[in-house]
Amino acid sequence: MHAYLTSTGLISPQRTFENDFSCGLETEGAPILPAIEPNYKGLINPVQLRRMSRILKLGLGAAQLCINNAGGQQPDAIIVGTGLACVNDLEIFLKSIIETGEQSLSSIPFINSLHNTVAAQVARTLKIQTYNNTHCHRGASFENALLDALMLLHEKEHQQVLVGGIDEFSTHYYNLLTPKVVTGEGAGFFLLSNAPAGKNSVKISAVRTFYAPEENFIARFLAEQHTPAHHLDAVLLGINGNPGDDAVYCRLMDSFFPPSCQLITYKHLCGEYHTSSAFGLALAAHSIAAGAFPAPAIFKPGKAAKPQKVLLYNHYQNCNHTLILIEKFAAES
Amino acid sequence: MPAVYITGAGMVSALGNSVRDTLLALREQRTGIAPITLFDTKFKHIPAGEVKCSEEELLCRADIHPERDTCTRTALLGLIAAQEAMRMSQSKVDKQRISLVSSTTTGGMSFHEKNAHTIFAGTVEKKYVELLDCADAAQKIARHFGISNNVTTVSTACSSSANAIIVGARMIKTGIADKVLAGGADALTRFALNGFNSLEILSPGGCMPFDARRNGISLGEGAAYLVLESAAVAKPENILCRLSGYANTNEAYHQTASSPGGEGAVHSIRKALETAGLHAADISYINAHGTGTLINDLSEGRAIETVFGATVPPVSSTKGYTGHTLAAAGAAEAIISILAIQHNLLFPNLRFTAQMPELSFTPQTALEENVRINHVLSNSFGFGGSNATLIFSRP
Repeated sequence: MHAYLTSTGLISPQRTFENDFSCGLETEGAPILPAIEPNYKGLINPVQLRRMSRILKLGLGAAQLCINNAGGQQPDAIIVGTGLACVNDLEIFLKSIIETGEQSLSSIPFINSLHNTVAAQVARTLKIQTYNNTHCHRGASFENALLDALMLLHEKEHQQVLVGGIDEFSTHYYNLLTPKVVTGEGAGFFLLSNAPAGKNSVKISAVRTFYAPEENFIARFLAEQHTPAHHLDAVLLGINGNPGDDAVYCRLMDSFFPPSCQLITYKHLCGEYHTSSAFGLALAAHSIAAGAFPAPAIFKPGKAAKPQKVLLYNHYQNCNHTLILIEKFAAES
Repeated sequence: MPAVYITGAGMVSALGNSVRDTLLALREQRTGIAPITLFDTKFKHIPAGEVKCSEEELLCRADIHPERDTCTRTALLGLIAAQEAMRMSQSKVDKQRISLVSSTTTGGMSFHEKNAHTIFAGTVEKKYVELLDCADAAQKIARHFGISNNVTTVSTACSSSANAIIVGARMIKTGIADKVLAGGADALTRFALNGFNSLEILSPGGCMPFDARRNGISLGEGAAYLVLESAAVAKPENILCRLSGYANTNEAYHQTASSPGGEGAVHSIRKALETAGLHAADISYINAHGTGTLINDLSEGRAIETVFGATVPPVSSTKGYTGHTLAAAGAAEAIISILAIQHNLLFPNLRFTAQMPELSFTPQTALEENVRINHVLSNSFGFGGSNATLIFSRP
């Protein structure tokens, strides 16, 4: 099962909404990395825009960027991965229940708090009446959405699947949950197709999510993909600055990934959030197409002149682990 | 499509703590909708389908040691239903070939709202923060059964577990799993009561689906899980029925309302029939979404008329028994559909009093036994225009 990447649209703490993946913005020392938002006026209908919550703007904005980058090609399915979805609206509604003693509540934050709000809004805006799904599973939300997309393309009922990973910053929740790391946010959408977009495109060869897996799960995954570790030009690791989390990656760096392999990190650029792998995937895809990763993302240089085969490995609290294998695809003729 | 068999089913709802309890209540035409007794709310006078067990009782039933583990009500309901489903399915499958697709809409909200003061004050213990999201129940279920490959949670409002079953079936169809535990769980919350009240669609006296006097939904709570298996691993003696068709579509019409003509529902029903390779005339019974709101029942009723024409098969909504269990509803109604096939039963719509003038068909109003049921079509529609249809067939 695989998919070809037609385009991406990424709103993140870097200036990626302009397709600038140099990742040059200084992030050192910032406790929070907020997304740099585009001017939505060209992307979202102004009447709609006024009524939208922030996460909807991020989501619809990134989806529209992705469609624009594909030259206006429309998807025939929409899948979103989001760890906490519309958590800010959810908290507004919960607070109003508590503060008013369940008296006369506005329905708007309730409606906006539903986890499938972003996927539904994208469907309504693009008028896509086919497959629509939302996966909410902590650090594996985006990868589960991506797997769903790969299955759809494999089933051949759909040709163009728009898949996104989105989470917005919630002061409250993130303070409770991840005080030891730089927290971020972002919305990344990908238009995937079962046919390559051009002679040189990027292919997502495999994706898998794991819950509390056995020791050797990466080796097993790579074996199934007939890709031994020494064939990997680069590995993106979800290193986030929390010593407990990072120890898991460090063990692999020492023992599993060969010295020839370039090591890339990205969470210092986008922050930690449940669907930060969407940033990682966009960065990997862009760098494969460009022939190099941007300097701020390089943790340890490798041997390959141009990265062609790349693994993205992320884990969430050493419990949910995810793998995405990304490759350069060159047509043979 | 390659065959997807149902080899296990587990359900907990206002009707009881097992599939057997569910069947008994359905046969007796006994509703589980009653005044709220398990927590404090302004809406106590509004009846709902509560699982009449405290969290301590649920902990015992779920066989989870309270000190070792902290479980939300949603996760406990999920664990009980998932355990029943997995007990029923006896196949031996390589651990690498088993996946879990769970679903929920409110996740750990019942815990969140009880502890809101410590949460908003930031004094909540860290280990509890994780319980607030959608994934908690699935993680607990995955740990209980040692499921580690492709564990996910779907959340598409009231069609969530129908969509979880669809994702599970597609995992089997595409060959990435041979056995998938799929379903959903939701505990009754003040959040949902206040949310549906803010939309003015809570029925003050209990829901009356497809009735001219209908005045809204009754909320419920519960969990339901199915074990889906490929032809390669399903043991013939364990096969309850076959998932023959499905559809996940989006109406792309309105965030909370379905279109008056039911175009989205028509699309979903037709797509499911097409996947199953069946004609409308093959359907023996329709287990409708039938929430009891003015908008849904009109829209869904018209959609059924559009697809089935002058020969609408027996239709009922079983939400009058269980209440609307939100994310769990699709899987709960899948199990009720399977019971109809297994036991040749037609379950009536409860509390029916008056024909809807807009519709030509009347819902099933009496329990019928010894009716050959070959194919059951079950609808689940959610906010966000999220429509799903499942078709279950005799194996």
